[in-house]
Amino acid sequence: MKIISKNISVFLIACLFSLGLCISGMIAPRKVLAFLDLFGAWDPSLIFTMGGGLLVAAIAYFATRKRGASLLGDPMQVPSNTVIDARLIGGSLLFGAGWGLSGVCPGPAIVNLGLLSGPPALFVAAMLVGMAGYELFNRLGASRTTATVDA
Amino acid sequence: MTIDWTSFTPLPALLGGILIGAAAASLLLLNGRILGVSGIVGGLLSPRDGDTSWRLWFIAGLLVPPLLLKLSGTGDGPAFPGSLWVIALAGLLVGFGSRMGSGCTSGHGICGMARLSTRSIVATLCFMLTGFLTVYLVRHVL
Repeated sequence: MKIISKNISVFLIACLFSLGLCISGMIAPRKVLAFLDLFGAWDPSLIFTMGGGLLVAAIAYFATRKRGASLLGDPMQVPSNTVIDARLIGGSLLFGAGWGLSGVCPGPAIVNLGLLSGPPALFVAAMLVGMAGYELFNRLGASRTTATVDA
Repeated sequence: MTIDWTSFTPLPALLGGILIGAAAASLLLLNGRILGVSGIVGGLLSPRDGDTSWRLWFIAGLLVPPLLLKLSGTGDGPAFPGSLWVIALAGLLVGFGSRMGSGCTSGHGICGMARLSTRSIVATLCFMLTGFLTVYLVRHVL
C-alpha cells in the first residue's frame, strides 16, 4: 500500500509541476529565448516564474529542514555535497549552451513530448543520449582512476 | 536593452512559478526528494533496485497536462526553433551538461537556490551565463 501511495503522490506532484511549466510559458522555446535575449527585445516575464518558484520552495525547505523523514515515511534526501568543482562548473556551462541554443531544458522537453510532435521527441532522444554519454564518461573516468591507484 | 512589453506576461509567469514551487515543496515534504528533472530522468540510466518506479511515475505525471491540452485541441505544440541538427546538438548538450553539473533549471535553479546551496547558486550563474551568451551569439553575432 505504502509504495502505491508514494507513487500516486509523485504522479500528482509531477502533474502540478507540468501545469506550472505550461502556465508560466517555460514550455515555449520562443518565450525562454526571449528571456535569454538581453540585448534584443527582452521579455523579462520568466523572472517572475523563478521568483515565485523560489519563494514557495524556500519556505518549504526552511520549514522542513529539521525533519528526519518525509510525511510518507521516506528519508529526506537533500544533497549534502558542498564542493565547487570543475564538473559542476563545466557541466552547467555546457547545459546553459544547449539551453540557449534551443530554449528547452529537461522538464519542458518532456512536457513538450505530450504535445505529440516530432522535434520534442528528437530533443528528448538526444538528451537521453547525452545523459547516457555522461554515465559512460563517468565510468571510464572512474575505472582509469582506479587503474592508476592499482598501479 | 529594450523590453518587449507586448510579450510581457508577468501574471501567468508568476502563477506558473508558484505552482512549480508548490510542486517542489510537495515532493520534498511528502516524498523527501528534490524536484530536479535531469536527476530524476538521468537516474533511470543507472538503475538501482526499488529506485525506478517513482521516476517513471514522475515522467507519466509530466505528460498529463500537455496530453489534456492536445486532446482539448488548444495545444498545438510550441515551435522548436532551428534545424533538426541544432535541436539534436542542443539536446546532447542539455543531457550531458545537466548530468555532469548534477542539475538543471529545476534542481539547481529552483530547489538548490531555495535552500541557499552555494553549489546550486554557482551552477545557476554558470548556466544562465552561457544561456545569455549563446542567445547573444546566435541572434546578434552569427
